[in-house]
Amino acid sequence: MNPMNNVVLFGATSAIASAAARELVDTGARLFCVARDGEALEALLADLRVRGDDPDGARILGATADLADVDGHAAIWQQAQEALGEVDSVLLAWGTLPDQAACNASVDETLQAIHVNGTSAIALLARIAPDFEARGRGVIAAIGSVAGDRGRQSNYAYGTAKGMLAIYLQGLRNRLFFSGVDVVTLKPGFVRTPMTEGFNRAGALWAEPETVARGIVRAMHRGRDVAYLPGKWWVIMTIIRLIPEYLFKRLKL
Amino acid sequence: MTASWNRIPRVEHAAEVALGWRGRALPDVPRPLLAHGLGRSYGDVCLNPEASLLHTPGLDRFVAFDATTGELTAEAGVSLDALLRFAVPRGWFPPVVPGTRFVTLGGAIANDVHGKNHHQAGSFGDHVRALTLRRSDGQVLEVTPENTPDWFAATVGGLGLTGLIETVTLQLTPIRSAWMRAWSQRFESLEAFWELNAQAEREWPYTVAWIDCLNPGAGGRVGRGIYSGGRHATTAPRKDAWHERRRSIPLDPPVSLVNRLTLRAFNHLYYRQPVHATPRAVHHRPWLFPLDAIRHWNRIYGHNGFYQYQCVLPPAASKDGVQALLDAIAASGQGSFLAVLKTFGDRAAPGLLSFPRPGATLALDFPEKGRDTERLFARLDAIVQEAGGALYPAKDARMPADVFRQGFPRWEAFAEYVDPEFSSGFWRRVTA
Repeated sequence: MNPMNNVVLFGATSAIASAAARELVDTGARLFCVARDGEALEALLADLRVRGDDPDGARILGATADLADVDGHAAIWQQAQEALGEVDSVLLAWGTLPDQAACNASVDETLQAIHVNGTSAIALLARIAPDFEARGRGVIAAIGSVAGDRGRQSNYAYGTAKGMLAIYLQGLRNRLFFSGVDVVTLKPGFVRTPMTEGFNRAGALWAEPETVARGIVRAMHRGRDVAYLPGKWWVIMTIIRLIPEYLFKRLKL
Repeated sequence: MTASWNRIPRVEHAAEVALGWRGRALPDVPRPLLAHGLGRSYGDVCLNPEASLLHTPGLDRFVAFDATTGELTAEAGVSLDALLRFAVPRGWFPPVVPGTRFVTLGGAIANDVHGKNHHQAGSFGDHVRALTLRRSDGQVLEVTPENTPDWFAATVGGLGLTGLIETVTLQLTPIRSAWMRAWSQRFESLEAFWELNAQAEREWPYTVAWIDCLNPGAGGRVGRGIYSGGRHATTAPRKDAWHERRRSIPLDPPVSLVNRLTLRAFNHLYYRQPVHATPRAVHHRPWLFPLDAIRHWNRIYGHNGFYQYQCVLPPAASKDGVQALLDAIAASGQGSFLAVLKTFGDRAAPGLLSFPRPGATLALDFPEKGRDTERLFARLDAIVQEAGGALYPAKDARMPADVFRQGFPRWEAFAEYVDPEFSSGFWRRVTA
């Protein structure tokens, strides 16, 4: 079991990360929450401090940063480490769900989508990996997506970014294995969050952020390599991956 | 499609938006707007046909808590369930809870809900210390009973029409245990109920009675039932572990499971359940929220749904009025699963449209049977109007406008505070 006593949440105001933060607060963890929107971050921190009986903000901390701006990564990582002391766990949770139609019409939209959901996360992973490697313990987790398992016409810009992230994490996992650091790839399926508002979200494939968050904390504690959330997505995606490409390209998915 | 708990009426909305953060401008969707929490009201106070709903359960954050005074500030979408999970282990309890914990704080204020402890604690609004109200003109009002008594009186019980309630400051009640001490006792007639009630209300903070409205009791008249009283326990029983066994009605039965036969049998069996005249330890969940243990219990009525009918009758008319209502229901042959009778405390409610007021309140549910149901409701309305009573908007899908206006004579004063860009199906129905 990886201890999760000093946790940095990047993209903490996302619905999944907020729910994970509540889980962690209940276990007594110290948190450093990073988010772009200052008002939302304040609302999140106030909530966590009430839940964690920490009215003065002694163990539940945070700062704003636009994580798509990779030039700011060094400073915010420095700040998190100074606030918490030794960081034993990080969760990368920021992202957007781009409009694929807009991406089809614009090169810039496509590259932006890949940057926000993929490259910028890889930049932060590359930044923090040496610190974990040097300490020789801890857990690094990032939220990918089942969309990264196979390219589909409806959201392959997003899928590309998350697929790239998954391969980077795979390599990082291999590298950090030898220094005792766990790297966890999280692959949520459909989750009822503000990101997916506007979809028809009825049905058994849709999960609540709280359910996914519990799965995230469990996977990080256990140092899982890849965790589909909920677990049934492993079955679904295994079947999806097995469909031959000459058939798959004919599907309207 | 968003519906209320009784699934009547079935309506379409122009737009539905889930709110995520407080302090944001109202979304750009077709007007008028209406906040919708967990949809546990029984009718159209929480619906806005052809217009827009703002779903509030995403506003689920706590804002501040003073562990020494028990004053809690939270966003309006926080449910009583979430509040209980937070507060009970810390020795605090919501001052007033309705029969389900799956309601939001905003909904509890908008309907100024009451509970089994009304005779001692008043209604939910009596414990609200402050709230923030977002108006469609962009103003955010800090509403308190001291500084803005007019806005407070309009918003408490204001059916969500005065604007979007964003945050709520609530005074919690200290408790020493998650358990309660509770007793129950059968009574053979309404006369026996009144006698028992007068005595029990003096000693017990929570009281309620269930009435068998199908099978006659002593004297050949309907009115027998089971009376219960309870209070928060000062200690937990030795075996403190308590696990809720939650069941679920998995799908709509093809026909309503509630019919004359099942109702008669259910009422008979319910009356014969074991009672415990000496107080014993019961966890607060099954005692205060018995139906919450069955998810989707509203499905037993089938796809067509059902009606609730909850009225209050003033003290002078309570005894005759309640008997008259029960006689009329018995004569119609349409019984109710869970007829609940309780007396409200002798206090003025905090809101212009608050339902609780001195007198007795009777709550019933009826399967949707078309014309038969309409005819019964017309008879019951006549008894309520004759007695000078009122019907509860949170449990109404059909009251005629004149019944509303008679029961809520301050409705025109209230209308001055309605946000011009907020409305509801209920409000249009009773003011049209």
